[in-house]
Amino acid sequence: MPNDIKLRIFCTGVGGQGTLLATRLLGEAAMAAGFMAQVSETHGMAQRGGVVESTLVLGALSSPIISLGEADILIGFEVLETFRSLNRCHANTLVVTNIGVNVPYTVATGQTTYPPVAEMLNILQDSVGRLIGLNANDLALQAGSALAVNMVLLGALLSTGRLPFEPEILVKVVQTHTPSKHLTTNLQAFNLGREAAMTLTAAPIHK
Amino acid sequence: MHPLLSGEPGVSKLLLGNEAIVRGALEAGVALATTYPGTPASEIGDRFYQISRETDLYFEYSTNEKVALEVAAGAAASGLRVMCSMKHVGVNVAADTLMTLAYSGVKGGLVLVSADDPSLFSSQNEQDNRYYAKLSGLPMVEPASAQEAKDLTRYAFALSERLALPVILRTTTRINHSRGVVSLSELTPRQSQGHFVKNPFRYVMVPAVARQAHAILLQQQAKASDEAETCPFNELIGDGPWGIVANGVSVSYVRDAISDLGLKDQVTLLKLGFTHPLPADLIGKFFARVKKILVVEELEPYLEEGLRALAASLDRQIPIMGKGPGLFSRLYEYHPRLVRQVIADYFGVPYSPPQPLEPAKLLGRPLPERPPNLCPGCAHRATYYAVKIALRDLGVEGIFPTDIGCYTLGLLPPLSVADYLLCMGSSINTAAGISRATGQKVIAFIGDSTFFHSGIPGLVNAVHNRHDFLLIILDNGTTAMTGHQPHPGVKPAPPGYGGLSLDIKNVVQALGVEQVQVVNPMQYRLTLAAVKNALDQTGVRVIIARSPCVLYMQRLSGKKRAKTFIVGPECRDCRHCLDYFGCPALHPPLDGNGPLIIDETLCASCGFCLQLCEKRAIRAKSKE
Repeated sequence: MPNDIKLRIFCTGVGGQGTLLATRLLGEAAMAAGFMAQVSETHGMAQRGGVVESTLVLGALSSPIISLGEADILIGFEVLETFRSLNRCHANTLVVTNIGVNVPYTVATGQTTYPPVAEMLNILQDSVGRLIGLNANDLALQAGSALAVNMVLLGALLSTGRLPFEPEILVKVVQTHTPSKHLTTNLQAFNLGREAAMTLTAAPIHK
Repeated sequence: MHPLLSGEPGVSKLLLGNEAIVRGALEAGVALATTYPGTPASEIGDRFYQISRETDLYFEYSTNEKVALEVAAGAAASGLRVMCSMKHVGVNVAADTLMTLAYSGVKGGLVLVSADDPSLFSSQNEQDNRYYAKLSGLPMVEPASAQEAKDLTRYAFALSERLALPVILRTTTRINHSRGVVSLSELTPRQSQGHFVKNPFRYVMVPAVARQAHAILLQQQAKASDEAETCPFNELIGDGPWGIVANGVSVSYVRDAISDLGLKDQVTLLKLGFTHPLPADLIGKFFARVKKILVVEELEPYLEEGLRALAASLDRQIPIMGKGPGLFSRLYEYHPRLVRQVIADYFGVPYSPPQPLEPAKLLGRPLPERPPNLCPGCAHRATYYAVKIALRDLGVEGIFPTDIGCYTLGLLPPLSVADYLLCMGSSINTAAGISRATGQKVIAFIGDSTFFHSGIPGLVNAVHNRHDFLLIILDNGTTAMTGHQPHPGVKPAPPGYGGLSLDIKNVVQALGVEQVQVVNPMQYRLTLAAVKNALDQTGVRVIIARSPCVLYMQRLSGKKRAKTFIVGPECRDCRHCLDYFGCPALHPPLDGNGPLIIDETLCASCGFCLQLCEKRAIRAKSKE
């Protein structure tokens, strides 16, 4: 009975990073695998360079959103935003995060400073069940497009084995939902994320 | 074929609540749809627009919500099934129409979608529009999931025709913007040719007619009450002695809480999907089954008041609680843990949630905020920059009434160009009031779509009453904030769009404004001169700052401008560009001093920073 499972996935990032699409693709894959799935999205104001949060709730749950302390998986598209969403995590949460930085304009204009990335990652590492950090910005560029960060992170998530369905289902959903001109880049980014995460055995951070 | 037009009955799709509403309307045979875009309702109109281009369904982006509802009313009086969608505050604009449309009623089904916004994700207030159902006397339904968003929409059309009344479909952001698995039903063929049958003693609301019509509305409300009793979306679930009542998305939080706390045998859940009028008999049955009641509803105590009044009329002594200390708030949207906690507390169930981690505490200092911002390359920022420099050079303070749109984001530092905002179209009139009261230099901002929506009457008033302020119309050619919907001045129009485009300058001049200038804000020196010139004058002055939205242009062309820029060693970290302009693509190095950095993935290649750097440190990267 797949719907006995309860899984709460929280995604956070900055407007324009493709968080919504990634969450939706996960939702489509979950549905294709026979799970009840609910995806909640942020629209409107938050897309103008602000924080964009979205959630996928899968299995025997009705609520579309996730309270503080209740995310089983956190996917972070930007490292400060991942850290901000640490309040969504519990002691067993799996965190998959981009360690790339997107400078908020409160930092650019000198109102405040950006916390050192290493410091944030150390705290994350000590607080949650498992941390996978990789520079998704670099891997996306390597794949051919700065916009493929979401594919890198989906690939990395897949390699953890924490999704309750076969990896091929997600791969197929990515294929069917990607316009043909971006398909090669997206699949390349997806595979780079998958491989990078698989090499992370001893250290949690892929640089 | 549009995805919402495909799919056999029984097939499941992962649909956004707003898409489910559109699918439900299509399943009901909707023939005409209108809207003025507003979050969280926007995708309803956008899907209808797409569908209208491949079918004979008529759709329009109307000038404002009142217009949208009146176009819909005319079509419904002519026998078509119609949907009119808007955000909650849009209903305020349409309210004049709505109150009397309730008297005249409809022939074809009319469903008015009111998308409320608890937590104010993108709104100026969090009013609870369920009171509009009470105020107008109209039936109201509220879906609890994406599946219900579809099914209740379909139901609402049939209900509207049975009662000959418009039906309000009230949602909240969490329903509009959540995707769920939706099982499809059959599409009903559209009846797209209407016929208006004259009946002035029903449709012409002069006092003699309206007196009759009000009485008819009350009769129809009695029928609506009967409908509520038998509506399959009102349900008693379980038969425990603890009563819980919930509507909308709260139903899902309650369901999860019952399961998480293991209360299935203790609770009777009264799930309400038809919430005006309330089903009195069903609620009476509920009263008979339970010993105490908790009402779980976001925002105002609408159901709680209704239940208390029913209990009093039945003379039942039963505790009914909802809002209050230790219970639920009238503020903001709810979430699973909150609902679980209040249910546990109210019924005395042991529950102690784990304490969430606190990132700021673990880090030992607050995290940098990341508020939304004008995009890199946004022409509004360039206009604001010219205004700030003009005022600095002239040594005067400006007061900035502003309006609703992307440009409201000029509120935050470093731009800080928003001092007063109420609602759509308010900038022009509040500018008049402030300048009349103070004699201060007032510069009002309004966007192009907002100008057409409700700015025009204010400008007429300002000319007629000889007010004194500068109005800057930020004309980026589209309704950018809600996703680039066309408006009456759309420029460039999306390919294949059939609407006629009006020129704002012609409109402004026709309204009697004599001092009108059109500038391209991306041309800094010319814009600065125009602003200084206008600030020197008196009376109503209008500057139209015209430059297309960069995101819109990228979307239309499918590509980003690719020119790249570099900051040379001449940059002395004077911070002028950061303190006055604040483009998100520009930032100092994270690890100390040195020339600024341009983030190439963010930079829109607008080149405006070249014009404002006094050291000329920013230049185009030479081709290698």
